[in-house]
Amino acid sequence: MIKIENVSMSFGDKKVLDNINLEIKDGETLAIIGGSGSGKSTLLRLMIGLDHPTGGKIWLRDKDIAHMPEKELDELRLHMGMVFQYSALFDSMTVGDNVAFGLREHTDYGEEKIAEIVKEKLEVVGLPGTEDMMPGELSGGMKKRVSLARAIAFGPEIIFYDEPSSGLDPIMTDKIDELIISTQKRLGVTSVVVTHDMDSAIHIADRIAMIYEGKLIAVDTVDNFRRIEDSRVRAFLRGLYIGKEA
Amino acid sequence: MFVRFLEIIGASVLELLYFIGDVMLLFIGAVKQMPVKIRLRHVIHQMSHLGVDTLPIVSLTMMFTGMVMTLQVANEFIKMGAESTVGGIIAIAIGRELGPVLVGVVAAGRVGSAMTAEISTMKVTEQIDALRVMGTNPLGYLVVPRMLACMIMVPLLTVYGDVIGVVGGWGVAKYYAGISSYVYVNSIPEYAVLNDLTGGLVKAVVFGVVIAVLGCYYGMKAPEGAEGVGKATTRSVVSAIVVIFMLNVLLSMVLY
Ligand SMILES: Nc1ncnc2c1ncn2[C@@H]1O[C@H](COP(=O)(O)OP(=O)(O)OP(=O)(O)O)[C@@H](O)[C@H]1O
Ligand SMILES: [Mg+2]
Repeated sequence: MIKIENVSMSFGDKKVLDNINLEIKDGETLAIIGGSGSGKSTLLRLMIGLDHPTGGKIWLRDKDIAHMPEKELDELRLHMGMVFQYSALFDSMTVGDNVAFGLREHTDYGEEKIAEIVKEKLEVVGLPGTEDMMPGELSGGMKKRVSLARAIAFGPEIIFYDEPSSGLDPIMTDKIDELIISTQKRLGVTSVVVTHDMDSAIHIADRIAMIYEGKLIAVDTVDNFRRIEDSRVRAFLRGLYIGKEA
Repeated sequence: MFVRFLEIIGASVLELLYFIGDVMLLFIGAVKQMPVKIRLRHVIHQMSHLGVDTLPIVSLTMMFTGMVMTLQVANEFIKMGAESTVGGIIAIAIGRELGPVLVGVVAAGRVGSAMTAEISTMKVTEQIDALRVMGTNPLGYLVVPRMLACMIMVPLLTVYGDVIGVVGGWGVAKYYAGISSYVYVNSIPEYAVLNDLTGGLVKAVVFGVVIAVLGCYYGMKAPEGAEGVGKATTRSVVSAIVVIFMLNVLLSMVLY
């Protein structure tokens, strides 16, 4: 369980997140939606300890990670995986080495066992036999999937996705959505998915949270969310986002 | 007017202190990571990169430097009847100063810049965040192997460069100034002592640390965007060279 308590975040004078309260239950899939620059990625980065909030607490089970030193965070992170907005694959390594990274760093598994796990994870994301390719040779959708394979290689309990389908065509978007759903089902993981694609959110999530200019303005189950009267939510549902930069 | 001037000076001093503090933090952070884990494979990979990238330029730079030094020194010394000191003078100048400094500058230009470019690209594309998310300390993973590789390779290249420089000097002494090989070679052990070489190597180790730490520092601090990568690279090379020249004076005072 993740519990975000009165969290605020500023960069210099710029307030990016304003007093966010949000609870994410074990095993659920929460979609965080909102327009460009509303603070979605920032919130995700706080949840995995990449940045530290200027105020508030972030509980992971019984530990507050808001101001946890990097060394302790590193241990918690072994139970988390993240798929970055632009995949963030190590471009000097092969696909196989990317997926194997966490295993090589944190286990003493032999190369044979690692190769087996890598093979299995690449099959799960629908990219069997791509071990020896370099990230530069992959399309955007393939990169996203390798990134997911890397995130699940270590058997995480929580997976964070930052815009997993942005920049992809509708068919690939569906494929990624299906992968998020099947990963959740198979591994029973908690998933937090940042997206500005409303269709995706409705499709994959149990609950949806909406951030608007740094504030959490709505959070509810998918069915209830669709009936919210708030004009900002309605606008987003109609795909007519009326924010600062639309 | 005068107050404004003081303000500007004050601000730059503050900025310089911040910079030094930041760089020291990175250095200390990397040193703290050393006992945690040393990735030997990465160190060797970096070492071979460093060697391959710099060997040709080190060879050329040091040979021409040895040659031009001898050119200047030999003529004057022959006039004074001191031709038997030429080899020693060249060896001392190269071993103490020119070898480590020039190899340091070459390595900063070739290797320090490449480190900044590589690491800042990793930063911009969130690869450094990806390292952290997977529980791997970027200082331990990126900085430590580069620092160790530079600490080993810059001195090795300096020894090599010293030899090339002295050989270049010999060529000019023999074929241009007419000093016999025997006189040139004999004068080396007569005037130069081991400390002239080892002192230079101590400098080279320090310069290696400077190159790696600044190369990584500017990479990790790179502002977003492709333009940031280019700017960071230039800054890293310029500041590494300035710091090398500055520390060289200090080290010369301490070592000799
Ligand atoms: N490191 C940083 N330094 C300064 N400002 C930042 C930083 N990171 C984010 N911001 C600012 O915070 C705001 C929110 O950024 P964030 O990346 O969280 O938005 P987002 O909702 O993920 O947008 P997008 O859909 O475009 O990815 C933006 O205005 C951004 O400029
Ligand atoms: Mg974002």
